[in-house]
Amino acid sequence: MNKNYMVSLIAVIVLFLIAYVGTQLGAGVQMVFGILVPYLAVALFVAGFIRRVMGWSRSAVPFRITTTCGQQPSLPGFKQAKIDNPSTTFGVVVRMFLEIVCFRSLFRNTKMKLHGGTKMTHQLEIFLWVGALAFHYAFFTVVVRHLRFFTEPVPFFVTILEKVDSFMRIEILYDAVQAGLPGVYMSGLVLVAAAIYLFLRRVFIPQVRYISLVNDFFPLFLIIAIAISGIFMRYLTKVDIVAIKELTMGLVTFRPTIPDGVSYLFFAHMFMVSVLLAYFPFSKLMHMGGVFLSPTRNMTGNTRQVRHVNPWNHPVKVHTYEEYEDDFREKMIEVGLPVVKMPEEKA
Amino acid sequence: MADELITPDELLSKIDHRPSGAGWMDTPVDIRKGMYCYASNPKSVETLGLPNARAWNPLDEDWKLPENWQQIIHEGFKERLEKFRSFKVFMDICVRCGACADKCHFFIGTGDPKNMPVVRAELLRSVYRNDFTTAGKILGKLGGARPMSLDVLKEWWYYMFQCTECRRCSVFCPYGIDTAEITIMARELLNLLGLNIDWIATPVANCYRTGNHLGIQPHAFKDMLDFFVEDIEEVTGVLVNPAYMEKDADILFITPSGDVFADPGTYTCMGYMLLFHYLEEKYGLKVTWSTYASEGGNFGFFTSHETMKRLNSKMYAEARRLGVKWILGGECGHMWRVISQYMDTMNGPADFLEEPVNPITGTKFENAVSTKVVHITEFTADLIRHDKLELDPGRNDNQIITFHDSCNPARGMGLLDEPRYVIQNVANHYYEMPANTIREQTFCCGSGAGLNAGENMELRMAGGFPRANAVRHVHETHGVNMLACVCAIDRAALPASMEYWVPEVDVTGVTELVANALIMPGEKDRKTDLRGEPLPGMEE
Repeated sequence: MNKNYMVSLIAVIVLFLIAYVGTQLGAGVQMVFGILVPYLAVALFVAGFIRRVMGWSRSAVPFRITTTCGQQPSLPGFKQAKIDNPSTTFGVVVRMFLEIVCFRSLFRNTKMKLHGGTKMTHQLEIFLWVGALAFHYAFFTVVVRHLRFFTEPVPFFVTILEKVDSFMRIEILYDAVQAGLPGVYMSGLVLVAAAIYLFLRRVFIPQVRYISLVNDFFPLFLIIAIAISGIFMRYLTKVDIVAIKELTMGLVTFRPTIPDGVSYLFFAHMFMVSVLLAYFPFSKLMHMGGVFLSPTRNMTGNTRQVRHVNPWNHPVKVHTYEEYEDDFREKMIEVGLPVVKMPEEKA
Repeated sequence: MADELITPDELLSKIDHRPSGAGWMDTPVDIRKGMYCYASNPKSVETLGLPNARAWNPLDEDWKLPENWQQIIHEGFKERLEKFRSFKVFMDICVRCGACADKCHFFIGTGDPKNMPVVRAELLRSVYRNDFTTAGKILGKLGGARPMSLDVLKEWWYYMFQCTECRRCSVFCPYGIDTAEITIMARELLNLLGLNIDWIATPVANCYRTGNHLGIQPHAFKDMLDFFVEDIEEVTGVLVNPAYMEKDADILFITPSGDVFADPGTYTCMGYMLLFHYLEEKYGLKVTWSTYASEGGNFGFFTSHETMKRLNSKMYAEARRLGVKWILGGECGHMWRVISQYMDTMNGPADFLEEPVNPITGTKFENAVSTKVVHITEFTADLIRHDKLELDPGRNDNQIITFHDSCNPARGMGLLDEPRYVIQNVANHYYEMPANTIREQTFCCGSGAGLNAGENMELRMAGGFPRANAVRHVHETHGVNMLACVCAIDRAALPASMEYWVPEVDVTGVTELVANALIMPGEKDRKTDLRGEPLPGMEE
């Protein structure tokens, strides 16, 4: 039993119950969870995010210390790795694009194995990369899909994405029996599966278990809970979607209202999303913004060609040649090394 | 080598990569003999005017810290967060995915979970969260935060001097988090309390005063090169004549003093001397050495940014004083990281020098037009490409060679193909080590960043294991018997590591191989290489 994930799990369960039970107490509480908390959460998210990014950008960049992952620009005949060791802004843009969109560095991941305790190999290990890609793209798709609840009319790209996402259908179409679920969104299932994978590797890989903190488990559980509650509402409990859209549209148009028939599960779902948003800027989830600012990846590696200026390049005390010669003049003359100043008696 | 050093088998059998038991925050540091370097000599710290010079011993309970040491650390931390965006971002964005864990040679070789790069950084992050973040202040230990304490400080010291700043982990990090920069900051903070190690502090003090890490005074430096002149004459029959601090020479040459001092670097040094003599005889190129700027390496880099700048200043200062056109840099690892990523910014602009052009070939080194410092293998590769060197690669036929990319030129510059090109033109037998252990994924020698002392030999051998493991692979599959490198620390550290792990393999600099193949004007019938070993076909 691991304290770190038990604490996180309990925290998420408690958060769920607070909203699920709380909103059953009456309309006043529903106002809090349906209107006040979401507004507060979005405000915290936006302000916190901006504050964090501003904080980073306020710090100086004294040197240009990129990680060069390939051949430098050199003499003709040596082929430069223009993306992995970029010397132009274009190269940096491509590098960052691949990093952010394809998780290129993570794709390099290898697994070290010690065979028979003496021979070591390093093999490609793509599961973390696959899991991470699946998680992030599923999450992204889910977020975009949810724009349906905040727009009227629903933009075309949301509709297209929904179509693509739900190409798989579970339907029974016989004359006698006709049943079916609404189009099954792949993204929701992939999100849950990937998040569970990321959780399990934190539990079962000893090294990853060792480094995992509450801060790592809590957002995972929260996201899993959000996804599962969403799946429940869509496929099983069949919530009143019209009422929910009235509520969400009320929020974005700043005419908030709590319509009748919004299920308690929805309040819990939205509360957990609010917690995630509010938690975001204060947590490791800020890697979303930070990845753009990573100094080893987002700068050109051409420091020998173009001088980088340090805004605080403090002067330092140095040992000058003159002081050096004063220290060693006699000895230098003795072995015939050139000196600038002859000693007094020989001058 | 210390005689109590455990055997390779014992060392390997001790490794367990599956951490168990209490979490890292609940496991106090155990400073173990063989894994740490001795504390700095107070005299060296004083010479440099660095804080809190006093005799202390890491094994003692009392580290003789200043009264307000916690405040010093807190304020130093704050200042660095403002001065280095990299540091601040790296403190915030790690998601602890663990991709870096088994990329570190020290974690691989020791199995100590605090040597996982992510935990090394977390040692600092935990204090960062406590001191500088809202969530950390509210949640405390639950949020991964912990207050600074003497135990934490000791842990920092122990593990920040078990990182060679090789940056291999940063290649694999999805956010490009560079543990080297975190270690550099931590060492700066430790330096504020006078918690240096002697293997770094004394070379730095030496370098400040005498111009090189080894403390070789100018007359002795010349004596040593004179000694090489004799050796070279014995081997080749050619009398070379190195120039010292010659005004208006074409090029100032700077290399690590290790090459002047200890085998096998000395053979690389002889290689430089032969090459420069060749170029002067054939093409009239004048290269000068300097005793004032007689150190390419920069252990100041392992102390603080300020100290690095103080030592590095001599390069440009001497080039300006002598009126040379540009600077040629010898084979060295961290020297090239400093030149490539710091020097121009710290001590430039070098507008008193010319944009570097090879006067023999007319090639302009476009990649160095601002720093005006050219790497010796860039220079040699250019000469070879223009057919300006008369070479007999057959003389290196006894060497079956592989190339070890040094961390800094690989990941802090991207010097990958130039040395390979040179080696393959001066020797006939060349094999690469496995792809995941070379180029940008190269493994550290295990002794970089000022950790190549004698007292931490177990640590060095453990850290050297991944590199040695790959060497052993090509030794067994291709009969490799020579490990070439472009780094003076490698030449100092790898022989010990090879002797320990793969005793059949020797270590060489690239320019030594060049000089063995180089047909000198007026040379005698060469029977041996620079080491006095018989050339192929000359064995009795």
